[in-house]
Amino acid sequence: MWDRNEMAARAAKEIKDGMYVNLGIGIPTLVSNFIPKNLNVTLQSENGMLGMGPFPKENEVDPDLINAGKQTITELDKTSYFSSADSFAMIRGGHIDMAILGAMEVSDSGDLANWMIPGKLVKGMGGAMDLVSGVRRVIVIMDHTNKKGESKLLKECTLPLTGKGVVDSLITNYGMFDIVSEGIKIIEIADGANLEQIKAVTEGNLVI
Amino acid sequence: MSKVFPSAREALDGLVFDGMKIAAGGFGLCGIPEELIEAIRALKVKDLVIASNNAGVDNFGIGILLQTKQVKKMIASYVGENAEFMRQYLSGELELEFNPQGTLAERMRAGGAGIPGFYTKTGVGTVIAEGKEHKDFKGKTYILEESFVADLAIVKAWKGDPEGNLVYRKTARNFNPNAATCGKTCIAEVEEIVPVGSLDPDHIHTPGIFVNRLILGEHEKRIENRTLTE
Repeated sequence: MWDRNEMAARAAKEIKDGMYVNLGIGIPTLVSNFIPKNLNVTLQSENGMLGMGPFPKENEVDPDLINAGKQTITELDKTSYFSSADSFAMIRGGHIDMAILGAMEVSDSGDLANWMIPGKLVKGMGGAMDLVSGVRRVIVIMDHTNKKGESKLLKECTLPLTGKGVVDSLITNYGMFDIVSEGIKIIEIADGANLEQIKAVTEGNLVI
Repeated sequence: MSKVFPSAREALDGLVFDGMKIAAGGFGLCGIPEELIEAIRALKVKDLVIASNNAGVDNFGIGILLQTKQVKKMIASYVGENAEFMRQYLSGELELEFNPQGTLAERMRAGGAGIPGFYTKTGVGTVIAEGKEHKDFKGKTYILEESFVADLAIVKAWKGDPEGNLVYRKTARNFNPNAATCGKTCIAEVEEIVPVGSLDPDHIHTPGIFVNRLILGEHEKRIENRTLTE
């Protein structure tokens, strides 16, 4: 079974030299720790920055320099800044190669729910709907089951959708999966997990 | 006629009224027009419709207009980190229209460019698409979103000259250039007013034609989420 770091490391393997990538909040943020240093990868932050650097030291903190999670951040030599409309032209225009983000539910047809639980506090979708509909490849990282042990890989999402048919690949604590026309295809099984376990915790249609 | 005004309060003279639509720049607390928000609060105009990516925090940014119940409706993409906002929203005192962040930015950009609406894939198949026109282009489905034109745009820039030319700094640019274009009137507050001719014409982000009034401001620049390297 993969832990948070192992899921992030697996996602990082999908990132190739020259890619422009947008990382979401939570486990996806950890992915940047596992991108090989010899690759030229550019991270986009949808509030208006290409070429996001690491978090700052105390003396580097700049209130004019934050990421989409509103965290203080640093710039690199290759960094550029731009307006929100330009930022989403990159995202909606299909110029970003990959988005890696978290989710609450994914269906076997690639529907994604990650922004709203009815009856609970709704904070908003931010840029998630734009990212999943515009970025060329969408990879979800999430736990395979919820706190009650119920599958989060479903035939149909029960929560309001962020996007319909938008997920390309999925990385969970049980392994890596691609969404194909027949359902959820197993690409790789995590160390310590097995096929029977995956069948038991997957409600959506599995392609083996 | 000079575009430079001595204060936020004076720059707002004759421009504010109850029920007006305001477009505000800023992302979180980064690059927000702090002094103009405070001056709008002091003027006590109410029933405001505000388009802004976020709604500030309880005691800073647009949050201070919520404290005084001056806001009728927020158009935003993300409103976490604001307890008073949630209280007013859940009690029905405040209307909320969620826009995907890119749709909000494009609504402002299009509004400023004289484009009344645009088709986008964002939100297709979600609650955002309900009640909106759907149209297929080359086999893919898109929804029609209407642009946004504000009675007043309030923005924050780093440097401005008396002609209204603006330069932003780092990620404090965000929605500001887009908001600036979509206001029937735009007021910019800047950290520094520099002489005409001192900004490199090739490096101006917002040309002065979009800016009607300019003020020099003092900015707290509060940090919402100070994160340091380990």
